[in-house]
Amino acid sequence: MDPISTIAAAAATLLAIILALYSSAQAHDTVFAVHMMIFAIAGGLTLFFLIRNCSFTTVKATGPQMYNDSIVRYGIIATLFWGIIGFAVGVLIASQLAFPALNFDLPWTNFGRLRPLHTSAVVFAFCGNALIATSFYVVQRTCRTPLAFGGLAWFVFWGYQLFIVLAATGYVLGSTQTKEYAEPEWHVDLWLTVVWVAYLIVFFFTLLRRREPHIYVANWFYLAFIVTVAMLHVVNGLAVPVSAFSSHSYAAFSGVQSALVQWWYGHNAVGFFLTAGFLGMMYYFVPKQANRPVYSYRLSIIHFWAVIFLYIWAGPHHLHYTALPDWAQNLGMVFSIMLWMPSWGGMINGLMTLSGAWDKLRTDPILRMMVASIAFYGMATFEGPLMSIKAVNSLSHYTDWTIGHVHSGALGWNALVSFGAIYFMVPKLWSRKELYSLKLVNWHFWTAMMGIVIYASSMWVSGIMQGLMWREYNSDGFLVYSFAETVVQMHPFYVLRAAGGLMFLIGGVIMIYNVWRTIRGEVKVDQPVSQIITVGA
Amino acid sequence: MNHGTIERNGSLLLVLSLLVVAIGGLVEIAPLFYLENTIEKVKGVRPYSPLELMGQNIYKREGCNLCHSQMIRPFKDEVERYGHYSLAAESMYDHPFLWGSKRTGPDLARVGGRYSDEWHREHMKAPRNLVPESVMPGYPFLMQPLKVHDIQAHLKVNKLLGVPYTKDQIDNAAVDLVSQANPDSDGAEDVEARYPKALVRDFDGKPETLTEMDALIAYLQVLGTMVDFSTYDAKANLR
Repeated sequence: MDPISTIAAAAATLLAIILALYSSAQAHDTVFAVHMMIFAIAGGLTLFFLIRNCSFTTVKATGPQMYNDSIVRYGIIATLFWGIIGFAVGVLIASQLAFPALNFDLPWTNFGRLRPLHTSAVVFAFCGNALIATSFYVVQRTCRTPLAFGGLAWFVFWGYQLFIVLAATGYVLGSTQTKEYAEPEWHVDLWLTVVWVAYLIVFFFTLLRRREPHIYVANWFYLAFIVTVAMLHVVNGLAVPVSAFSSHSYAAFSGVQSALVQWWYGHNAVGFFLTAGFLGMMYYFVPKQANRPVYSYRLSIIHFWAVIFLYIWAGPHHLHYTALPDWAQNLGMVFSIMLWMPSWGGMINGLMTLSGAWDKLRTDPILRMMVASIAFYGMATFEGPLMSIKAVNSLSHYTDWTIGHVHSGALGWNALVSFGAIYFMVPKLWSRKELYSLKLVNWHFWTAMMGIVIYASSMWVSGIMQGLMWREYNSDGFLVYSFAETVVQMHPFYVLRAAGGLMFLIGGVIMIYNVWRTIRGEVKVDQPVSQIITVGA
Repeated sequence: MNHGTIERNGSLLLVLSLLVVAIGGLVEIAPLFYLENTIEKVKGVRPYSPLELMGQNIYKREGCNLCHSQMIRPFKDEVERYGHYSLAAESMYDHPFLWGSKRTGPDLARVGGRYSDEWHREHMKAPRNLVPESVMPGYPFLMQPLKVHDIQAHLKVNKLLGVPYTKDQIDNAAVDLVSQANPDSDGAEDVEARYPKALVRDFDGKPETLTEMDALIAYLQVLGTMVDFSTYDAKANLR
């Protein structure tokens, strides 16, 4: 950065540090004091690096180095780091449900506080970093231009990590708005809003600076994801704090209205964060890895507009048979069922991109991972509309079936396609010829796949079983099971689920090892078994 | 219009996307704020007393809503198991709603009055002592003193958001907070007058301190007990 922008940025940071220190001293509760202190420390680090990186000579970038890839490299490392944390906390809380002694009866370790830590770590930290990193990678290459406002892009990256740290520490200390996937309190929400608007600015202005006449389809999805998440986050986050120095707030809406606003947000966190953004990933990395063009341009257009239009309406299916008026429930159900079609249109577009390249599935475990993720996308987007039918929902709601559904989406679709994209990008970003070991990718693929299958099927069984037990009557017209009796029956499935999650975590560790060796520039020589035998003889 | 036009114009793509994603939410959510039949007409639901409100905050803090729903659906088995199906009116002062989405434990919408204070206290401290099958975490730490920085501010913010707290209720919030857990105090009777059907007693068996347990049990014991179902006309409230 040049001296003038450095001075401006440093002055703003200094002001923020003073404000944060003052707020920390004035805080009405521990969480607010801790969070303001974290802000101040983050500000201090920013100041340090601003001054250290101040340069008095202007460097003109040329050639392939013109892309801002350093931020993508950081993004990949952050994705892997938060991924492991998210999966590990998931395994822990899954084990807590099987063995409640693991809650340790302490405030900071009980299921109620760790569950949002798990969901946020996976959705926002792992998937969020994967989205930011891949969107920056894709938008630069498909627009043939570096990121607009490089400094702001770094603010997006580090600001987002700060958001994750604030959210995570808040949960453990008991700070929550209770709205699922929107738990952070008002001050953390405000910070995320600032970061997200900066993200939108960087992405949008990079698009505007493109040296290609057309905006590539992946970028439509990334743009819709960023702008919709901004809308959802701002409206659902509306709240009034108890005081300017308190971490506690009350949500703007109450009861039935807050329920629908929350699930309008919650379902579209799935629809835009975990679907639209990841479809952007699919539309770039699958054609790249398969070395084939996207199957159908027309289908991409229909897929894009239909998915973003229909998804927004589907929220009320989370509130079937509740005190939400029936007209809203029915509207939600109808649109959820309609959503099946464009979702499968997208799946077909992704899968058929392999036309003429299907043979690569035998030899390329990275492509196999991507294809498996699209298959899971198809499965989850079939299961979702099915569960949104009121009659089905009357059984599935409140049970583990929902948890299983979410995980076939998150583990099967989001995580696998992110893994595929990362395996694709790492050798290119670190200028390595190839990955350290494709064999390890294969190992990762199969451990993850086994984990997902064990997870999803154990949740199907436990969910449907518990739903049926709750409503079982005997011939005298009495309910057969007490609630506690149904809980006992869950135990074996909770153990299996934890085991499935553990396998998925092990897959993640294998990946980190592989990526680490690749970054170090090593390549493992895998000899075919037949040759080893020949040499031995 | 040719789609190529949109693909060549970033601003147009941004504006159109935003328009397309705005429609669904507007159509579904906006009417809930003006359709009069969204919340049933029924008597009895009142704002939470200061102690109950603090109890609800502890319920939120510990993430109880992640395993316990507060929304009984209108099915025979649920109504028999938990009581009358939930009305929208019953959560109209909850900012935000606490309906939940998962029943790892049972629904709590009408748990008020079902168990004794002592049962709740012991159950919270060590759940498996009372329900061997339970997978609930223990919360022995709730016996710590209840810390509230400024109870009036909590009521004022709720009033700002539409909860009809009276001036009398706000002015006396600090006294009411303590008195509700201390039946021998001077303010005990006033709590009952200001908050009809509020339970005034020492909830946690530790009369000398106001604990988080006091607040949480006060909240649990009022859940589902406010509505006067004799004033509820199910047919008139079909939505």
